[in-house]
Amino acid sequence: MSMSEPLGTPGSPKSLPLILARELASNLATPMFLIDPGGMLVYYNDAAAHILGKSFAELGEIPSGEFGAALHLTTPDGEAVRRRDSPAGIAFFEHRPSHMTVMATTYDGERRQYDATAYPLFGASGEMHGVVAVFWAHRPEAMES
Amino acid sequence: MQARVWGCRGSLAAPGADTVKYGGNTSCVEVRLDSGHALVLDAGTGMRPLGVAMQADPPIELHIMLTHLHMDHLQGLGFFRPLFVPGADIHIWGPSSPVEHLADRIAMYLSPPLFPVRLADLPSKLTFHDAPEEPVPIGSATVRAGKVTHQGPTVGYRIEESGRALVYLPDHEPSIGGSLVDVPPEWISGHDIAHKADVLLHDAQYREREYPAHVGWGHSSIADTMVFAHKAGVENVVLFHHDPYHTDGELEELLVEARGKWPGMEDRICLAAEGMTVMLDDDGVSLHA
Repeated sequence: MSMSEPLGTPGSPKSLPLILARELASNLATPMFLIDPGGMLVYYNDAAAHILGKSFAELGEIPSGEFGAALHLTTPDGEAVRRRDSPAGIAFFEHRPSHMTVMATTYDGERRQYDATAYPLFGASGEMHGVVAVFWAHRPEAMES
Repeated sequence: MQARVWGCRGSLAAPGADTVKYGGNTSCVEVRLDSGHALVLDAGTGMRPLGVAMQADPPIELHIMLTHLHMDHLQGLGFFRPLFVPGADIHIWGPSSPVEHLADRIAMYLSPPLFPVRLADLPSKLTFHDAPEEPVPIGSATVRAGKVTHQGPTVGYRIEESGRALVYLPDHEPSIGGSLVDVPPEWISGHDIAHKADVLLHDAQYREREYPAHVGWGHSSIADTMVFAHKAGVENVVLFHHDPYHTDGELEELLVEARGKWPGMEDRICLAAEGMTVMLDDDGVSLHA
């Protein structure tokens, strides 16, 4: 890490685990979001851009709370999911993996169901490098087969 | 500070008539600081002749700084004479692991059946450290390590003294098959540690046409090396970690390829060669073959 730029500053150097996670995400068709240790959404892949309606190049780095608010996450029963209780929030604040079925508002205003999984990234010395959050579009037929 | 290349071959020692100009010994670079301390970057087979030379001119303190533990960066350790001097105080730095201490990982090589002498039986006094990801003072320099993309835990080192910076990234694949051209600098492995270096010794193992068959092996194409160096804003690039199959003639073709990618800066790009010295001081940087 650079000594001059604190974590979470847009454009600040990224740690190797985040760089490798971005490389993985950029090669996947599964929507994937990366949050840095400062709580910034620092990358999402093209598949995730289909949910948000904007490419990462257009949106850039934003606080992850803003991103969560834009999706209006709720449970399938319609109960609002607070940031801290979302899979990404649990991974970030509680340093543990989390999985949840959520409803999200996509860029076209539609409410869609996703299976969301998030897990924290820890380095060799136990230091926190950020969070990976993955969204799978809910496909009931996949569960039936 | 002054750096001297004792080995710059990658992957496997490659002695012979075809490699005599640039050398066949694997990675080892000696850095002598103004304070009299010595840093030895990697322990490839070039470490054997370094150890002989160091007996005649011992430093006031010796630090061996390993980028990673592949054999071409470790094999010389068992033949480094200062390690066999009773009571000699030697510091060894290397990438951290959440599983095994650095000494235990090195001992996997320095123990039978791979080696006759056990690490624990060496008469010198060895102190092991995790590679420092925050700057640490060593003599008149500060040293910082940064994790980089290679196969397995690997770091590069940045050594700063009197306003000059030498950066050593011998094994590095920053692109992993993609293109670095459009990647923001903060997302490029090693960028932070190489930024604005006066001298960058960097992996240049493959020619462009060779790289597609070696994606993911942990090394750079010459094209990626030059894009990386350009984006990092370095002043001088020393092409390092020569492929063991590359003859002296082929390396010189690779140098032409590299210079073609950095028009106007041709004189700031060179091939590492055994015996090459790099001086960094108040007057600037000078490289001598």
